Amino acid sequence: MFGSRRRGGIRGNEAVAGWLFVAPVVVILGLFLLLPILMALWVSLSGWNGQGSPFRDDVPFVGADNYTRLFTQDGLARENFMTSIRNNAYYVLLVVPAQTVLALGLALVVNRRVLRGRSFFRTAFYFPSVTSSVAISVMFLFLFANTGAVNSLLSVFGLDGPQWFADPRGLLHLTLSGLGLVDPAHPPAALTDSGLLGLSWWEWLSGPSVAMSTIIILVVWTTSGTFMLMFLAALQDVPVQLEEASLIDGAGPWQRLRYVTLPLLKPTMFLVITLGLISTWQVFDQIYVMSQGNPAKTTLTPAYLSYRTAFKDFEYGSGAAISFVLFLLIVVLTLGQRWVMRDRDRVPRTRLLPTRTRRS
Amino acid sequence: MSVAADRPRSPARRDGGRTLASHFVGYAVLVFFALVFLYPFVIQLANAFKSEPDAAANPLAPLPDPVTTAAFTRIFEGTGFPRWVANSLVVTTVVTAGRVFLDSLAGYALARLHFRGRAAVTGAVVAVMAVPGVVLLIPKFLVLNQLGIYNSYTALILPVIVDAAGVFIMRQFFVSVPVSVEEAARIDGAGVFRTFWSVVLPMARPALITLTILSFQGSWNEFPHTLVAVQSPELFTLPRGVADLVSGSLGAGSQYPLKLGAALLATIPVAVIFLVFQRHFVRGAAEGASKE
Repeated sequence: MFGSRRRGGIRGNEAVAGWLFVAPVVVILGLFLLLPILMALWVSLSGWNGQGSPFRDDVPFVGADNYTRLFTQDGLARENFMTSIRNNAYYVLLVVPAQTVLALGLALVVNRRVLRGRSFFRTAFYFPSVTSSVAISVMFLFLFANTGAVNSLLSVFGLDGPQWFADPRGLLHLTLSGLGLVDPAHPPAALTDSGLLGLSWWEWLSGPSVAMSTIIILVVWTTSGTFMLMFLAALQDVPVQLEEASLIDGAGPWQRLRYVTLPLLKPTMFLVITLGLISTWQVFDQIYVMSQGNPAKTTLTPAYLSYRTAFKDFEYGSGAAISFVLFLLIVVLTLGQRWVMRDRDRVPRTRLLPTRTRRS
Repeated sequence: MSVAADRPRSPARRDGGRTLASHFVGYAVLVFFALVFLYPFVIQLANAFKSEPDAAANPLAPLPDPVTTAAFTRIFEGTGFPRWVANSLVVTTVVTAGRVFLDSLAGYALARLHFRGRAAVTGAVVAVMAVPGVVLLIPKFLVLNQLGIYNSYTALILPVIVDAAGVFIMRQFFVSVPVSVEEAARIDGAGVFRTFWSVVLPMARPALITLTILSFQGSWNEFPHTLVAVQSPELFTLPRGVADLVSGSLGAGSQYPLKLGAALLATIPVAVIFLVFQRHFVRGAAEGASKE
């Protein structure tokens, strides 16, 4: 008697089961992702200060004020926001190329066929990526402390390390003064008298601060392993015949790298760079643990600024507005990536570990 | 397979001297970078067992002199550490179990079951993966506050008990499982859930292991979500507690052995899982691939 009923409604059964199966995921993602985004959109248009519900009648509606304050009105909000954009831009500019080159280099060396202990090195390089960002930040606080390991290593070579986390000097400023081009105490008036969006040209051209460079080093150190695995997966898909053909044609190792391997790695390279761009604009944990935006706001980033504005200064509207600007920036980067990758199915999927083991 | 194994020999033999030199350089580079990536962990381990003056004077030394467990005594007796460990264990266990079950349920439905709206849900899941977590901090706080569950275990667990990436991983896996297996079970009269639970899910072992590892690691290390979910120290998880040690509760004093020890203890579970399952994972994935 069950048989006939089931046979009659097997698709009907599936429709109910299908929705039941996806229901928990749909409800939770809707409740804690979609709904909050809509709520935050409302808050970013309001002057809510964290007291009571943001949906009460007495919460002022301020329109686009929270957004215009970030871009067009001279004031502290814009100065902080533009400073955070500058800091994060320099951070992206250094982290993305450094981690891409390091990951590619490590992958090329680890992928050598005659290498012994390949899995040991692969594990060693990947290990930092799986550990907690907070724990790693604590470790780097010690490594770069005034009496820490890095300064102790530098003193072996007779060098005096800086007070890393207390040093707001920009690397570009330091380079320019090191070359004798400008005196940082008296920067050229041409650069200080005019500027863009609330910061003078001199401030825009600071480069990352010494304090920010420790975070840059930390992030390159942590993420290179993940991207190395992506390059490794792609390298293992390079057809052997191609390499052999180039050997027979008499190509040296560099020529082979330049004309055979690198062109084949182009899609992966693109993937690694765009994933890098997307994640570097979200840097937060390390800033929270290591510097909290200090010294002199030189490690302030949009993600941390939005958190601080909302939860420390209780300007939830302004904080939410910063979040949405950052959201927009990252969505544009992501859509750009998906658009360019739309029909390149040869790119290995992002995985935790390379699943192909035929050479290990 | 055999072609792959034969391959390396020929070029190596042809050009002995140059290969030897390039080998040497290759190994030197690898060893250098292995030190760069691993020595900080050695420093962390060693300094957790040093006295404070020793850690300040000899931060690079791999051996503590004298060896002391004073830092660990203070971690367990003078901080909220035991409580944070317990909280982390509870949250991680529930979140991992929840993700593995709910993500595979949804992944199976999206891969296999025919229902109206499936394409829309799949599209939504893919779209959600692109939403950067860090811009959701304020929004998540707003909704937790509005629902009246801010500062509770529910707030720590419920919002992260499913994840879009996990649903997608499971969906991709189930798409690759042959339909014939399920059809056989259906013909034998098994219902949809029964088919999923006793026939399809056992075949998904490699994908389930991947998802378990990813969920465990993600949940154990989760930090920003705890910032907007809870504020009472009794509800802190390990990363939140350790961050609090560094930025506030210990004051400005250095106390590096204590901080490094706490960070070290927080790293160990993930490190162990990673080292144990790395091999298992690679093997499992290879087995899964050969079955297709």
